[in-house]
Amino acid sequence: MTETEGMNAKQKLAYYLDKSYADANAAHSKGELVCWSSSIAPAEFCVTMGIHMLYPENHAAAVGAKHGAIEILELAERKGYTMDNCSYSRINLAYMDLLVEEKKTGKTPEALQKLDELKVPRMPLPDIIITCNNICNTLLKWYENIAVSLNIPYIIIDTPYVHDWPIPQHTIDYMKEQFKYAIKQIEDLTGKPFDYEKFVKVQEQTQRSVAAWDRAMGMAAIVPSPLSGFDMFNFMALIVCARSQFAAEDTFNTLADELQVKADAGQDAFKGGERTRIAWEGIAVWPYLSHTYKALKNLGMNMVGSTYPGAWSIHYEVGDLGQMAAGYCKMYSNTCLDNKVNVISDVLINTNCTGILYHLNRSCKLMSFLNVETAEILKEKTGIPYASFDGDQTDPRNFSEAQYDTRVEALSEVMEQMKAEKAKA
Amino acid sequence: MYVLGLDVGSASSKVVILDDDKNIVSFSTVQVGTGSTGPARALEEVFKKTNGLKIEDMTKIVATGYGRYAFEKADKQISEISCHAKGIFHLVPTARTIIDIGGQDAKAIRLDSRGAVSQFFMNDKCAAGTGRFLDVMARVLEIEITDMAEYDSRASEVVNVSSTCTVFAESEVISHLSNNIPKENIIAGIHASVASKACGLAYRTGLEDDIVMGGGVAQNAGVVRAISRELRRPVIVAPNPQITGALGAALFAYDEAKKH
Repeated sequence: MTETEGMNAKQKLAYYLDKSYADANAAHSKGELVCWSSSIAPAEFCVTMGIHMLYPENHAAAVGAKHGAIEILELAERKGYTMDNCSYSRINLAYMDLLVEEKKTGKTPEALQKLDELKVPRMPLPDIIITCNNICNTLLKWYENIAVSLNIPYIIIDTPYVHDWPIPQHTIDYMKEQFKYAIKQIEDLTGKPFDYEKFVKVQEQTQRSVAAWDRAMGMAAIVPSPLSGFDMFNFMALIVCARSQFAAEDTFNTLADELQVKADAGQDAFKGGERTRIAWEGIAVWPYLSHTYKALKNLGMNMVGSTYPGAWSIHYEVGDLGQMAAGYCKMYSNTCLDNKVNVISDVLINTNCTGILYHLNRSCKLMSFLNVETAEILKEKTGIPYASFDGDQTDPRNFSEAQYDTRVEALSEVMEQMKAEKAKA
Repeated sequence: MYVLGLDVGSASSKVVILDDDKNIVSFSTVQVGTGSTGPARALEEVFKKTNGLKIEDMTKIVATGYGRYAFEKADKQISEISCHAKGIFHLVPTARTIIDIGGQDAKAIRLDSRGAVSQFFMNDKCAAGTGRFLDVMARVLEIEITDMAEYDSRASEVVNVSSTCTVFAESEVISHLSNNIPKENIIAGIHASVASKACGLAYRTGLEDDIVMGGGVAQNAGVVRAISRELRRPVIVAPNPQITGALGAALFAYDEAKKH
């Protein structure tokens, strides 16, 4: 019997998320090692060696979703970080400073107390950090800042940008060498030889988790859809933080089973209100998750397509470091525009979406920069209409509800008109 | 049969009443918008101009603009993108690109030959390039906003004014004033700044002729000239440009009424 027996997927999600923070805090108290990691860095090395993993991006998203971002962002700005820096990084760097202050003074700073009151989970300070620039290059300096401030080891997995397919051998070789160096860094820190047998088991677990995630997320495409895209955003927290653990496999298999039952019964997550299906391109606006969802729902727009959850579908052959390198490097924001267009195109086809909403995210220059061109190419290729809105993943000051609503309504009107014309034809 | 379109913008409220033949029976504009007495006053005024029509005589009412949900008597709310497109296409059927600059937003809309919206872009979350930007500048220059076009027509050159940020632009204008640069040239620069923002959006639509301007700012001939100069193409100003959104809303109300 497992500790989650009898729980539904949502309960498991909450249980495992709480547990990941609780375990890391407990480990930290006992002097065990804690690692802060970027969201799509290979977790397999640290997990193999029993290092507890925490994810600043996940944590910052929670700060945003629980409406605790503004005060923390202002603290970061007082340190000199401008609003043009990524809001995840600003939240995390200010949070790190609060933890350091608490450690030095023995007193919990007021801003940290407020986050505790908002039930934002606590992260202990890290003993090591790992980042992989397959999703963003801001990470390199953000994490360097942490490493220097805390004087801790810093593992960097530098992923060359993928312009051509298949991924060139020199890219794979370069990454494999970095994997080997990461292993050495972990051996130096832990004082133990790397456990290659366990590593294979961790890789196997990762692949089972990813398979369960793919299975659950694939359900969104079913008509009527038993899964709303906004639920994808909620469940995503676990594929980020527990990809190499049983927790993810357990939760997503339960979710997939539940969704299958709903699909077999023809149940619709949208409760019969679906008028159109829409894809969402970009990170969620965490402080306004509810508003962004409701504005679409009120117009009967069911968000069932997103490339974002697919970012964690990292497949590779177990035991092959080269395959693992390729898996982490072909993360789609690390690939050329043509590939990005193909990935979104596939999402649109698979999910029967007839419109796309692009989040021009002030925090994420990479995604926003690509979105403008991607939108034009996709419109040309598919004829599917789109709208863009200005926002931010966690800085609530960079989003306007009224502006979002107008753009979404106008897009809905265009989609409805096209639908009516198609029906007429 | 009569129908009514109400456009409650951020800076003004506009109402149009149409009759059974889509003729404009009456229209009104009041220079205060959502959250103010503007919508009520605009309604009062529009009915005053008719032969005793009342709101109850309206078969359908459609509201648009930022305050579209605040008017309870509306049968339907439609976005200003669709309403401006509908209103302008009705007035200028050759319109394929619309540039609309209102109180707090600027938009560019591409229409197909049937008047359907095939693409639209709106300004980002910044006052630069909007009517609000012109309000701020008129205040700094101590002139009436309605006089800006005339000043612009007397300009001997166009000075550079930032289009990135209203605060940056304000500082630049103050600096130009303290350097004794003529107001005419500064105003031409302000209009060029608004034009560059709006044209940035318009270029993204593909810029097909005819290019038609709507929205309150289209009443400023200086901005229209600056846009035409920037695009290197003629720009048509829709008749009564400030009411094109309300007209579109009224036309949607007309379609709704005819459906039933």
